[in-house]
Parts: sequence; structure tokens; C-alpha cells
Amino acid sequence: MPEAIIRAQRVEKYYAQPSENRIQVIAPTDLSIVPGEIVALLGPSGSGKSTLLRMLTGLSTPSAGEVFWHEKPISTVEVNVSIVFQSFALFPWLTVLENVEAVLKARGMEPEERRRRSLKMLDTVGLDGFQAAYPKELSGGMRQRVGFARALVVEPEVLFMDEPFSALDVLTADNLRSELLELWENKTIPTRSIFIVTHNIEEAVLLADRIIVLGRNPGRVRTDFKVGLPYPRDRKATQFTQLVDYVYKVLTQPDEAPPDLPQAPQAGAAPRTNPYQMLPHARPGGIAGLLELLIDHGGKDDIYRLADDLAFEIDDLLPIVDAARLLGFLKVTEGDAEITPIGTEFANSEILHQKEVFRKAAVENVLLLRQIVRAVETKSDGSVSEEFFHDVLDEQFSEEETLRQLETAISWGRYAELFDFDAGRRRFTQAQRLSGEMDETEEAGVESEG
Amino acid sequence: MMNFPQAFSNVPGRETLARSQVFRRTWPFFIDLCVAAIGLAVFYGIVRICMLWAGPPSEQMVISLSPRALPQYAFYSLVRIFLAYVLSLVFAVGYGYLAAYNTRIEAFMIAALDIMQSIPVLSFLPPVMLAMISLFPTRHMGVELGAIFLLFTGAVWNMAFSFYSSLKSIPRELREATNVYRYSQLQTLVQLELPYAAIGLVWNSVMSVAGAWFTLMPCEMLHLGNKDFRLPGLGSYLQTASDQKNGAAIAWGLFTMVAIIVAIDQLIWRPLIAWSDKFKFEQVESTQRVSSPLLHLLTNSNALAAISRRTLKPMSEAIYAKLAQQRVARVARLAEHPEPAESTASKVIPWIVLAIAAVGVLYAAQHAIALIRPVTGAQYLELLKGAAATFLRVNLSLLLAAAWTIPVGVAIGFNPKLARLAQPLAQIAASVPATALFPVVLLLLIKFGGGLGVGSIALMLLGTQWYILFNVIAGAMAIPTDLKEVATLFRFSRVERWKKVILPGIFPFLVTGMVTASGGAWNASIIAEYFNLDGKTLTILGLGEQITQATADGAFPIILLGTICISLMVVTTNRLVWRPLYRLAETRYKLG
Repeated sequence: MPEAIIRAQRVEKYYAQPSENRIQVIAPTDLSIVPGEIVALLGPSGSGKSTLLRMLTGLSTPSAGEVFWHEKPISTVEVNVSIVFQSFALFPWLTVLENVEAVLKARGMEPEERRRRSLKMLDTVGLDGFQAAYPKELSGGMRQRVGFARALVVEPEVLFMDEPFSALDVLTADNLRSELLELWENKTIPTRSIFIVTHNIEEAVLLADRIIVLGRNPGRVRTDFKVGLPYPRDRKATQFTQLVDYVYKVLTQPDEAPPDLPQAPQAGAAPRTNPYQMLPHARPGGIAGLLELLIDHGGKDDIYRLADDLAFEIDDLLPIVDAARLLGFLKVTEGDAEITPIGTEFANSEILHQKEVFRKAAVENVLLLRQIVRAVETKSDGSVSEEFFHDVLDEQFSEEETLRQLETAISWGRYAELFDFDAGRRRFTQAQRLSGEMDETEEAGVESEG
Repeated sequence: MMNFPQAFSNVPGRETLARSQVFRRTWPFFIDLCVAAIGLAVFYGIVRICMLWAGPPSEQMVISLSPRALPQYAFYSLVRIFLAYVLSLVFAVGYGYLAAYNTRIEAFMIAALDIMQSIPVLSFLPPVMLAMISLFPTRHMGVELGAIFLLFTGAVWNMAFSFYSSLKSIPRELREATNVYRYSQLQTLVQLELPYAAIGLVWNSVMSVAGAWFTLMPCEMLHLGNKDFRLPGLGSYLQTASDQKNGAAIAWGLFTMVAIIVAIDQLIWRPLIAWSDKFKFEQVESTQRVSSPLLHLLTNSNALAAISRRTLKPMSEAIYAKLAQQRVARVARLAEHPEPAESTASKVIPWIVLAIAAVGVLYAAQHAIALIRPVTGAQYLELLKGAAATFLRVNLSLLLAAAWTIPVGVAIGFNPKLARLAQPLAQIAASVPATALFPVVLLLLIKFGGGLGVGSIALMLLGTQWYILFNVIAGAMAIPTDLKEVATLFRFSRVERWKKVILPGIFPFLVTGMVTASGGAWNASIIAEYFNLDGKTLTILGLGEQITQATADGAFPIILLGTICISLMVVTTNRLVWRPLYRLAETRYKLG
């Protein structure tokens, strides 16, 4: 087993709250990057994969645990790594050549040598002739090529990539991926290892020798396995689709141990004693749409196939699946989604009845909505300030996540007419239900006649 | 290795696409001659300034009204503005940098900046001049330095804030790139921070210099009773011309003023704004670009390119190489002996500095209180009366300004043809400092039987209505056409239109305009309420008048109290009125 270039030992990231509670972003994790490998870090948004990348490169310090570079603590040595960024991170006021040369200038290289190396690297990534262009004249794919040239010109030992292709269109991304693999395989670049963070499962299976799947809440390694397929990889091959399916399985069963595990996953995963229910960020319209699609497919389908049909990525699809599951409209077994009778009723009804079904399911299954409804009902003036629930959620989630949770709860509550929300005063108020009032007047009418 | 199709590879003339160039070098030698001539002129100018400043102070400044003296006076005024600007720029960059990178004092520095920005600079004009005279009794330089100090105080804060907020808003990934690629602090400053902040700094410079002209005129005109603090310059020329009711001289003076403002706009600001386009962070080419022929001439100049090649480049290469060496050495040292987290020195020094500052503040506070003690209750009452009078005056001028600028602004904003016509006119009218026009306006008013009562409000209006006008125009242009179309489609009445579409739409812009206008009006109150014309001193009850009168009488306690009072009023109005309005504008009235 070759010596790891970078090794993370029980690294953890958390925010301390004033009330003794810690919001854990990343649970204690072990990770090592060995030479000769492309490693993909895969996970939904919020799983802390970008944070983990920044800890491994030394850009941010872990709250606990240690990162080692060639077995020396990373804070005491100068690491030889580069990062390719999602937004390219080019300086708009410098030309392409100046952007690439800048990193060599930082290392004190002579002007002639700098220019020679930069031009050679631009040639390697296929930007020969563009050296005097400014980034705003280039397309997205070309800008990322500049990002690559800049990253590789310093000859890093490990090349880190933070969702490098997610800002590009599908064709350009495919193109750049295959070029990257060519450079890697032909050993045109002296980089010994590549570490790519992505939320695109197919991309990970296409590129990586080894895939690490992160779960969230808190971020932790769910599984870490080797991909033994030879390059170039065929998307349609059975082994490929099986691997993608496996990852979907892992991701859609967040609380269970993943099936057929090559390595022990929960090395130090410390689940909170009472995990607070987390609302998936999906809209009722989206949930209805997914269920209708499922009915079209006969009531049961592979989640991978659904994602493919919709051209959705995991960050788009999983929240909707999670929301439908939470409300009891869907069952997930072994990576397959199956609609429940209530789900069928929800999808097939017309608008008012849909709201009724949703309301019942929401009150039954969603803790936060139940709490809001109960609070609004018990108060004499029928209104509760948002602050109150913000403080409750703040204990469990980061500020950003708390705001998103509230937003989703408000959107669901308004749709289901569970309560109303006054955005000006930021208060939850009782729902003004037209159908309820009509029922009352009907009853009164019946009584007076009777 | 992927090959691009032929169309993208080394096509000759690629340079012409990379930078759209309008002019090509046609007279290289001519430009070099020009550069040399400019250099000579600068040298001569420096010598003349030294002659003026090192000379003895004149008890009674004599201002020549002949047009031939105008270039000299204009030159003196320009030099003051230029020196103050350079000083403010350097200080602003330093202040913003410190505030952005020191979390411990950041909050304090920004709060201080906010307060300093709201304090009306002109309220310090009389006391500062008095102080400077006593500091430099034998040289004219004292008064000049006083003027430059005041200009500096007025110009620096908005630039500092602009630089600070640019630093704070640098995208995270750009910072991480400089971090991971081992940029030195110098390289980060030069390649990331200054370019990112460039556009903000340029626009704020335009604003600062405009404000500096506004402040400079009163500085040049200051004449308290028997104390003549006047400086030779455009302001004093205009005032003397008005004193002597010399119509021709007034005309010449105004003409020079406008000519200078237009010249600065065309020769300095326009090229700068065109150049700063390079630093726009949007990743798309914008279709509207300010063009500047002067910029093209300069970028094509042979001499400038040669100078840069021979001096700047080798120097920067040497610096960068040295910095890289130092970093490598530091890392090697770190590997051998890992440093402790924070050395004791770095922990103790901030506390020592804080202690010294605290002692200084307490000392000053104690002396200030001792100074104020002899002030009687009656005098306090007088001050309050004055404060109330000025307060009413300021708000009246705001109302009057809003009353005409809102309808006119909306009309212009909704009508693009009218906007094209009106904009250059309004810009010129706005950039002429109102304070320069004051003696002329006052002269006219007196002729028609008016006095400082109307005059003070007129001055406040003159100085501040343009802020509101421009903002209202911008706000009206920003209202999306679909909102206007909805109003037409659903046949909104005129009142409805104004209530539901126009006023809410321009609200954020209006608030911005009013805040600036309010600050400007308070600022103007110092000279609007006490003015010396033709040997007679015109005054009207107000805080500004009380401060200036106290300076003329040498009543220091009143001076101190008056300036404190005026600053308090502005800062309080900011906090209690404008802040909440801003918040409202940001939340409820924000479009999109």
C-alpha cells in the first residue's frame, strides 16, 4: 500500500452554539489520498464535501482531528496542491496568459521561464492562440481550460477539483472530462493524484478509481469503494449502470447501513441522540409532479431511471423523493420508488382535495408544521412570531439551513392552508379558510331550519 | 489532445479582436512632445505653489479682478483639490484595508466611519482655520493646510467605505485561489484587491472631488469680521466680484468655473471610467461602454510604454522574486521550529495601543468638559433655538427640492428622449459647486429686496436638489415596463398610478437621494447662515450662524458646543430616520 500523500485523521467540523449544542457539519472522518488514483467525493448538497475539500488542502482548519501531508502536519508544511474551481476563479482584468503566469510569478519564477511554461501549458489544454484574450471573451468551457492550465502549470502533486464541470453545459463538460482523462492516462501531467468533488453520480463513475459517498446531517462517509472498470468507460454498459444504481440506493436510504459494503462505513459516525426531523426542500407542486410520473410508469420505478427520464441530478430529485416519502406518499426499497395508496389518491385528485390530503399527511408526519399549527391555535390572538421557531431550529441547524427550513415550512403550510404567514410582520397567523366558513354557515342554516 | 477547428487557432490579427481599438498611433512623436511639455508645466507649477505657501500671511487678501489673474487662481484651487484627493485616496485604501482584515477593530472602525461620514465638514471650517492660523502665525501655509485638511475630511470616508466593502465582497473562490497558489500580500493587493475595488474607487472619487469643490469654495471665501482667512482662488475671485458688483468679472469667474469642471470631467474622469471598465467583474461584455479618445491616445503612447518597460516592470519582478524567496525561507523555518499560535508580543501590543488611546480620549474629554462648563443656561437655550431653526430650514429645503424634483425626475425618467437631452445639462449644472454661486445668488436676491432668509434656503436647495433629481431619474428608469403596462391596462387613475407604481418604485432611490441631500444641507448651513458680502455681515438665526459668530468672537466654548450639537443632530437623524427608511427600501420596496 503506497504511502498516502494526504491523510485526514478523525477530522471534524462543527459550529459551537451558545447553548452547549454543537452543530456538526462533518462528523469525525478518516480519509487518505494515495498516488496513482482519481478519487471522487460524491454527496448531496449540504453533506460538507466542499468543506472537506478545503480541510484537505489546508484552506480551512478542522475543528478537531488532524490532516497530514506526507505524514507531516499540514499546518507546518507547504503543500503542493492546486484547485480547479466551480466558478473558474479567473481574474477578469488579466489576460489568459497573465492569469496562468500569475501563479508562477507568485513562486518567484523568471519572466522568460514563466512565459515559456505558461504557453506550453496553454498549448496542452488546447488554448494555443488565446493567450492575449480576456476571460470575458471566452466561453465557459474555455475559461475552465484556463483554470486547468493555471492549476497544472505549477505541477501539483494532488489536483483538487471542486465541482469543476457543473457550471458548464453537458457537451462541453463531456469534452473536458475526456480530455482530462487523456492527460491523466498519457501521464502528460506530473500530478500523482486527482481529487474531485461532485454531486453528479455519472461523472464520478466515469472518472474515478475510487468513490467516497458522503451522507449528510451530519456529513459522514457512507461508503468508500473502488471502481474497477477500465478506461474509457461506457455509460450504457451494465456494470456502469449497476454502480450508479448502487450509489442511488446508498443515497436514498440515509439512516440505514448501506448494502454489500466493501469497507466499514461509519468510522466514528456519531449520530445525534435525538436527530431533529429535517424538512426536505421540495415544493408541493414538485411532489405532485413526481407522483404523477410514477403512476405513468405503473406505480413503481427505479430511482435511477426516474432521474434519467427527468434529466435531474441527485440534488434536484432526492429532496422531492424524500419529501414524498416523509408525507407517506412513497415507499423506497432497494433503490426503487413505489407509490402508496395515499400517494395515488393525492396525485389523482383535483386541487381542493389534493390540498386536503396534503394537509392530513403534513399534520400527521411533519413535526415542525404540527408545532406551528398548535402554537397558532393555542395563542389567544392567533398569531406566533417567526422568531420563536427560528430559535428552536437554530439549536439544530446552521443559520442558513434554519432559514431554508422555515421557508419550506411556510410554503407547505400556506399550500395546505394550515396557517397563514404575514411576511411584513413575520408572524404565523390562523388560516382564513373559505371552505370552513361555508361549512359553518351551512350548519347554521340547517340548525335554524331545523 | 484535442485540436480546435482551424478557425480558432493562430489567426493573424487576433489582437484586433482582443481589444477593440478605435485609433491607431498616428503621431507618436507629437505625443511624446506633449508629455514632455506637461512635465515642464508641472515643475513650474510646483515652484509657484511653494512661493505662495512659504510666503507671509496677508492680513487683507487682495484679489485681483482682472481676467488675466483667473488662470492663476484656478490653478491654486486645483492644486488644493488635487493634494487633498491624493491624501484621501491613500488614507482611504489604508483605512479600508485595516478595517477589512482586522476583525477585532472592524466593527469600531466602520461605526467611526459612518459617524465621520455624517458629520458636516463645513461646521469645522471656522474653528479649524482659527487653529491653523495660531499654529502657523508667520506663514500663509497654515490656512492652506487648514483648507486641505477640511477637504480631506470630506472626501476620505466614502472612498474608505467603498474600498472596505469591495474587499468584503470579493468572491470566496478568488480568495481561495490566491491562498492556494501562494500569492504574497503584495500580489494579492495588486492583482486582486485593488482591481476589484477599482470601479467603486473611481466613482467615489468623482463624488469626493465634487464634494471637495463644494467645500473648497467656502474655505476660500472665509471672512469673519476683522479676520480674513481668504485664500487666493476661484471662490474668493467670485466673492470679490460679487462684493464689487462687477458683472463682467462675475461672468468671467463663472465661465472659468464651468470650463474647469467640464475639463476635469472630460480629461480625467471620462478616461478613468473608460479604463475602469476593464475591472468589471461581470463575465459578459457589456454593450454600453464609455469611450474616451484621451485614453486611447495615452495607451498608445510610445513614451509611456517605454517608461513602464524600463522602470516599473524590472522593479516589480525583483520585488516578487524577493517575496517568494522570503516565503520559502519562512516555510523552511516553520518546518524546523513550529511557531506558537500567537506570540506574546502580538497579544500585548493591541492592549497597549488601546490603553494609550483611552488615556488620550479621557484627557480630551475632561478638557472639553472643562471648556464647556462656563456656558450659561441662557446660552444653551440660544443654541437649542438655533438648532431648531436650522433643522426647520434643512427640512424645508428638502421638501421644496423633493416637490419639484420628483415630478420632473419622473417625467425625465419615463421619457428617454427627454432624458438624453436633459442629462448633460443637469450634470453640468450639478457639478458646478453651489457654494461658488452663493455670492452671486445673494447679490441678486439683495437687489430684489430679499435677504438671508430666502438666501439660506436657496443655497441649500442649490447644493442638494441635484442629488435628489438624479436619484429620482434613475429610479424612474428602473421601474420595469411591465409594471407601467399593468397600470395602463387596468386603467389606473393618476393618483393610483402614483400611489401604487411610481412612488413605491422610486422609493429606494428617493431615500438615497434624500440622505445625501440632507447631509449636504446641514453642511451648507454653516455658510448659508452667516455670510460676508461687501464688508457687511449678513446673518440669520441658526446653528451655523452661531458657530461662525462664535469663531469671529473667539468664544471657544460655544464653538465646541455648536459643532457637537450639529454633529449630534445629523447622526441622530441618520439613525432614527434614514436607517429605518433604508431598511424599508431594502425589504419591502426592492424590485426583484
